[in-house]
Amino acid sequence: MRVKAKKVDLAEGDLTPMIDMTFQLIAFFMVLINFAQTESNDRVKLPSSQLVKPPEAPLEFPIILHVAQDGEIILGGDSYTPETLRVGLRREIAVITAEDKSVEDANVVIRAHKDTAAGDVQEVIRVCQEQKLENFALRVKEDRT
Amino acid sequence: MKIRNREEAVKAQLSMTSMIDIVFLLLVFFVMTFKIVELEGDFSVRMPLAGSESVTMDPTDLPLVLRLQADSQGKLTSMSLNEKFLGTDFDQLRANVVSLIGSSTPIEGDDGPEIEIDTDYNLRYEYVIRSITAVSGYKDGNEVVKLIEKIKFAKPRR
Repeated sequence: MRVKAKKVDLAEGDLTPMIDMTFQLIAFFMVLINFAQTESNDRVKLPSSQLVKPPEAPLEFPIILHVAQDGEIILGGDSYTPETLRVGLRREIAVITAEDKSVEDANVVIRAHKDTAAGDVQEVIRVCQEQKLENFALRVKEDRT
Repeated sequence: MKIRNREEAVKAQLSMTSMIDIVFLLLVFFVMTFKIVELEGDFSVRMPLAGSESVTMDPTDLPLVLRLQADSQGKLTSMSLNEKFLGTDFDQLRANVVSLIGSSTPIEGDDGPEIEIDTDYNLRYEYVIRSITAVSGYKDGNEVVKLIEKIKFAKPRR
């Protein structure tokens, strides 16, 4: 007996809804992604306050100082103590003065850990004041409760 | 005329495999790098080095002094505003600030009242921020009522 060869159909699901969803997910994450994470530091957990609002315009000439729980100061990825911070600040100030701006225009953003000693933060401020920096921003987390 | 042996029409079909590969790679990348950003704000404080200001201070215009004391663990034990003992209640601190400066006409700019925070060295920074929050204003519904905007720190106590 002669057997007729049957054509086998490839079993193929409809991929359109899956691709639609995947593209939507990609669009969602692309919109929400934030590469500007350079300001934050894993060792710093900020205290929170109900009164602060995210600034509408970014600060001019920010110098971001992270103060970890043990009082260690982090500026531009390097660790400092209150005694050595002067060196790092001078480097930042040199950049600002190279742009024909005065030291008073700089804003020192202090991102201190919530459990760090207040005196350590005061020491940071004192060292900054000695370098003629006078505008400080104490960064805190917005508390919406 | 009848045409025989007509060829079967070939279905034009794109190969989806490589596209889906790339799309999934992109998806995984974005999922892995995704991080919810916490909203942050600043307490702006202008603190020039003491003695650098050329204007002589009016002796009647002395700043309020907030003294914060801590135990050995860095926990707040007592607060006093202009020598008045307030315990550890930040609402009481706010009420005292309101009664001292008056809440009806907040003065903005350089002419407003000033407060000096004198804290123990080992007090946790969180308490300092809570006291700054209490003295700098309060929330009335969605509106923020400002109290004291000029804040400075006393010399660190070793």
